[in-house]
Amino acid sequence: MTRPEQSTAHASFRHFPLNAWYAAAWDHEVGRNLVSKTVANRPIVFYRTTAGRAVALADACWHRLAPLSMGKLRGDDEIMCGYHGICYDADGRATFMPAQDTINPSATVHSYPVVERHRYVWVWPGDPALADPGLVPDLYWNDHPDWAGDGRTIHVNCGYQLIVDNLMDLTHEQFVHGSSIGHDSLSESDFEVTHSDRTVTVTKWMIGIDPPPFWKRNLQDRFPDYEGPVDRWQIIRYTAPATIAIDVGVAKAGTGAPDGDRRQGVTGTVINTMTPETDRTCFYLWAFARDWCLDKQVITTRLREGVSGVFFEDEVMLEAQQRGIEANPGYDFYNLNIDAGSMWTRRIVQRMISAETGADASAPTHAAADAAVAMGAVTNAANEPRSDNGGGQGAEVAGGVARHRAEPAAGLMGRGL
Amino acid sequence: MGATSHKRWGKARVLDVCEVARHVRQVVLEPEQLEAPAPPGSHIDIGVYVNGRADVRSYSVVGMGAYGSELILGVQLARQSRGGSAYMHALRRGQEVSITQPLQNFPLTYGRPGYVLAAGGIGITALVAMGKALKARKADYRFVYGARSRDLMAFVDELAVEHGDRMELRIDDEGSSLDVAELVEAVPAGGELYVCGPTPMLDAVKAGWAKAGRRPAELRFETFGSSGRFAPEAFRVRIPRLGLETTVPHDVSMLEALQACGADMMYDCRRGECGLCQVKVVEVQGVIDHRDVFLSDAQHEAGDRLQSCVSRVVSPRTGGLPGADGQQAAVSIDVP
Ligand code: FES
Ligand code: FES
Ligand SMILES: [Fe+2]
Repeated sequence: MTRPEQSTAHASFRHFPLNAWYAAAWDHEVGRNLVSKTVANRPIVFYRTTAGRAVALADACWHRLAPLSMGKLRGDDEIMCGYHGICYDADGRATFMPAQDTINPSATVHSYPVVERHRYVWVWPGDPALADPGLVPDLYWNDHPDWAGDGRTIHVNCGYQLIVDNLMDLTHEQFVHGSSIGHDSLSESDFEVTHSDRTVTVTKWMIGIDPPPFWKRNLQDRFPDYEGPVDRWQIIRYTAPATIAIDVGVAKAGTGAPDGDRRQGVTGTVINTMTPETDRTCFYLWAFARDWCLDKQVITTRLREGVSGVFFEDEVMLEAQQRGIEANPGYDFYNLNIDAGSMWTRRIVQRMISAETGADASAPTHAAADAAVAMGAVTNAANEPRSDNGGGQGAEVAGGVARHRAEPAAGLMGRGL
Repeated sequence: MGATSHKRWGKARVLDVCEVARHVRQVVLEPEQLEAPAPPGSHIDIGVYVNGRADVRSYSVVGMGAYGSELILGVQLARQSRGGSAYMHALRRGQEVSITQPLQNFPLTYGRPGYVLAAGGIGITALVAMGKALKARKADYRFVYGARSRDLMAFVDELAVEHGDRMELRIDDEGSSLDVAELVEAVPAGGELYVCGPTPMLDAVKAGWAKAGRRPAELRFETFGSSGRFAPEAFRVRIPRLGLETTVPHDVSMLEALQACGADMMYDCRRGECGLCQVKVVEVQGVIDHRDVFLSDAQHEAGDRLQSCVSRVVSPRTGGLPGADGQQAAVSIDVP
């Protein structure tokens, strides 16, 4: 007997496609050092060759699975395992084996496809044959001369899909972000949803409203004397599986913004891309780019810090929601009309996953993913430049991770990774 | 209670099927697994076959059998039904069906100073267990049961015996019709009115409740199986943007017809309450029969959108529009 197709709207929905580009890090985070990250339940070590190319290898030595991130860089593009010294090139092929003159051709580790674009290092955890760089989401605002901005990475203890849900429905701003960007008109105004195979767009216009504080300030950067009402827009554009660019802004009311004339306004783009770490944790890379006063660096800082504060409010709610879901195993979401955008994203993602037949069977288990994350924290800490008492850092981080896992409510929100 | 449970599907055996009123059969099911008796107001989802296709329908649990392990349902054979009730009426003793655990959308709140239960026709199935529970708790309640004629009223004799003076029958044929104002007035301050019946009755009660300035939260009703203002009829639906056009047969929902002709439709509840299957109405020939509880009266009136899982369109003639005899019902829409 078939049931209505609706499993993707369930509270326990936590899956992700593997055949997709995920932003693993900001470009400046990857250099001539070893960075260990878990992406889609897979432990990966990142580094850069001397020629500047970013490399992503499976963070587990072919020999006895020791994390390569505890090893060393060697030569121009190689990594040496810190346990018994096997060396691998950027393609993951062994170039040196201890105590033998020959190289075993099967001595390899998986080299994940990597693309650097728009300030992010993107990695493809799935079938390398399908890794088309043309599929990297277009986040040009991050490094386009007509835009200025900056952002951060937040490690969030929730499944990435909860962040997608959060961004696809901005009515929550009224309740979660009341002091900065929230406004009563958010939950009152109508919105429109459209979709295609790989994209979903949610459009909302609020005409002739009082600007919330955040937007009043931004508009005054450009029009210092303007005190009047504004037309405000939020156009949310999702690209599967986990990237959302939101076109946001305000213009002096009645100056034609809804018809495309934004000369009397200010426009921002909130750039969001989520990378599943495990089924219940993720990295959230965000940035805010603006089209006004590009030469004023201080505005970049103000916006980055302001948005950072706003997103912290989301993070608190999202982590609590994840705990709520796990604490109520028999219960399900009740989906509302405001969830239409998120429902489409879930349907698209479910179709991508279904298309990857067999991919799930090879996915690591929860326990393996948790272990991968804890291990990554240890090796990253060990890789950091040592201060005088630096010897204990690895243990400290590992302890923090363990503590947090034992008592997820204890206040460590996993920020700043 | 109130959070949405995961549906757990399991098997059940049909223990008995028998006629309990004209067009109404009682179906007794023994689930393979039942953790607790079904609470008053709950329903189950059951897998049915309609036109050779698997589908799901919801039926209220009238009560538990004598051993506390059987679920009793009451199913009216709807002349214009989408086919689910015909399947239910054709069930035979010993047959196996797929059902969910009892699901609760219509919980009874205890401890109120007074209650009125108001059933219209087959809506009685949702209220029988509530009456029993209120009586057992010695609550102050009135039980009002209305229908067109006595032979249509399932369980009427048992209920009269069980509830004595507290039971009031309103039978059109016998000259006593349901009076909404009187119903509302009978609910003491702080008390609750539980209603289950056809859409016109529910609409009238909602209007009467609002008019009396009563607290919306104290009027309780559930939302599946809205029967609309008009009998369902076939109509044409077009999505000009996608170049799609199809007929919605009288026993198929617009949502299903659109899916069948290739539109990628969003939905969740499929009973007109979540708002996810909403479509934009571009043009309509005829009258929209809104059957959802998501949109407000004003939005229904405006007619620029509808919930495709339950709402329909009827011809101008059926809808009572003047001078449009013979024109077929049709609607042009756009989808997300
Ligand atoms: S209102 Fe959305 S989770 Fe409570
Ligand atoms: S699917 Fe919920 S209103 Fe139609
Ligand atoms: Fe937010």
